[in-house]
Amino acid sequence: MDIPTIREQFPFLGEKVNSHDLIYLDNAASSQKPDRVIRRMSRFLESEYANVHRGIHLLSERATDAYESARREVAGLIHARDESEIIFTRGTTEAVNLVMNTWGRKHIKAGDTILLTEMEHHANLLPWQHLAREVGARIEYVPILENGTSLDLEIAATLLSKKPKLFAFVHVPNTLGLENPAKELCRLARDQGITTFMDAAQSVGHQEVDVQEIGCDFLACSAHKMCGPSGIGALWGRSELLATMPPFLYGGEMVDRAFYDKPAIYRDSPARFEAGTPPILEAAGWGEAIRFLREVGLENIQSHSAALANLASQRLRAIEGLHIFGPEKRASGIVTFSMEGVHAHDVAFFANERGLALRAGHHCAQPLMRKLGSPASSRASFYLYNTEAEVDALIAILREAVSFFR
Amino acid sequence: MDKNELYQEVLLQYSKRPKNFGPMECATHAADGHNALCGDEISLALKIENGSLSDARFTGSACAICTASASLMTGEVKGLSCDAVKKLAHDFREMARTGSGDGLPPRIQVLDRIHLFPQRVKCAVLPWETLLSAMEHEVGGK
Ligand SMILES: Cc1ncc(COP(=O)(O)O)c(C=O)c1O
Repeated sequence: MDIPTIREQFPFLGEKVNSHDLIYLDNAASSQKPDRVIRRMSRFLESEYANVHRGIHLLSERATDAYESARREVAGLIHARDESEIIFTRGTTEAVNLVMNTWGRKHIKAGDTILLTEMEHHANLLPWQHLAREVGARIEYVPILENGTSLDLEIAATLLSKKPKLFAFVHVPNTLGLENPAKELCRLARDQGITTFMDAAQSVGHQEVDVQEIGCDFLACSAHKMCGPSGIGALWGRSELLATMPPFLYGGEMVDRAFYDKPAIYRDSPARFEAGTPPILEAAGWGEAIRFLREVGLENIQSHSAALANLASQRLRAIEGLHIFGPEKRASGIVTFSMEGVHAHDVAFFANERGLALRAGHHCAQPLMRKLGSPASSRASFYLYNTEAEVDALIAILREAVSFFR
Repeated sequence: MDKNELYQEVLLQYSKRPKNFGPMECATHAADGHNALCGDEISLALKIENGSLSDARFTGSACAICTASASLMTGEVKGLSCDAVKKLAHDFREMARTGSGDGLPPRIQVLDRIHLFPQRVKCAVLPWETLLSAMEHEVGGK
């Protein structure tokens, strides 16, 4: 993987902050876009745009082609058996809500248990808590080990043996720099007949993710975390499950036959779950982003990001009073830390003055960060265009912040 | 404008060695405040006797701006009537938004440039909002 050549393809790297080069280490929140995605989207608007599946005319055909070809790209990226298993949503959050409202409302009843983990993003936490309260189900959480180094897999096995209806878990959390053993967790769940939902917002597009190999039943991801535009993401579900699910939103495109006086007959997946005009432009951009990532190579991207995170965390540990959450060895590009005597918000503000974009706060995982004893922390997250020199700059700026604030 | 002008020496001193920081025994009123954007969390405890504030202390974990603001605030409101505190809170919020702090005690006016940093306004105002909320919340929930 040739980082200088990759960097040339990212126009945002030309930006300056107070005459400093911009260093973007907020990739876990959202990623930047390469030139070819930007150009693909403007070309699409110039000569291919119309609504999809609706016109007999040239532009509608072009738009439908682009939209459906993006669906094939997503299916290929995660190794779905069939592209009809890919449902476009606004992102991961909407995908979770879709499953909660359709599969969840149909299958989760009073007294049932939904199993989550303590390291969930609010997106894979609040929808299930809401459903559980509404129908009178219970939520249990697979606990984390001390300092969030991993899930407690023994307790996970015990909780799964109690046969919850659903096990929803995050593949790569946005805070702890680890990867959960998805394949093992899904095997344990499958042995008990438990349906599994995997939040893959931080893994798809950052590493190889193969739903057949992992063996989950549902997966959710977002384009904006993988060099694609915001406003689109996907739900993947096994076709047997999707076939039994009621629609999510009602309206145009999702219906086969509608009447004044009889219930409508709905279409099959994916149309059944894509009511209304979908994010067409965004799909065109996402398709191009996936082609780009696969050309660079997902394994290359993963090892580059994790190597930078490991380098950063080794060097961060040398700063006195700095505490890193999660395991010693990083499996993803994420490093979340707190600094004694320096609040995360001040760190991020100070860093921004020097061109460095860091995330401060609770990272949409309030219960987790509270349990780790740090309501606010800082996060540096690396992706394919980051460099070792940027790790150097991170360390220098944090050292400066320590002497300024302490 | 750079960060040195935001984090003036006075403010840094107040945040590094906050005044009135720590728990209070026999508080009559209390409230928690938090800023979901950046994770500031403060708890405020008050002693209100005969319609005026005889003591105010805070605890929690907050950024330098929020800590300095809470520090200055707790120092300033002691001994004031509840009505005077409400007026001060109103004037402070006005200053944080617009930069004009006429009528505020000079010590508090060190925060008058906060309006130039819109993402930090909430940090400076949080202690005052928490104070107003605490004045409405008697300990023991009577
Ligand atoms: C682990 C995880 N899950 C879910 C989400 C939500 O994704 P989105 O905001 O794209 O719906 C995010 C991103 O913020 C995430 O990091």
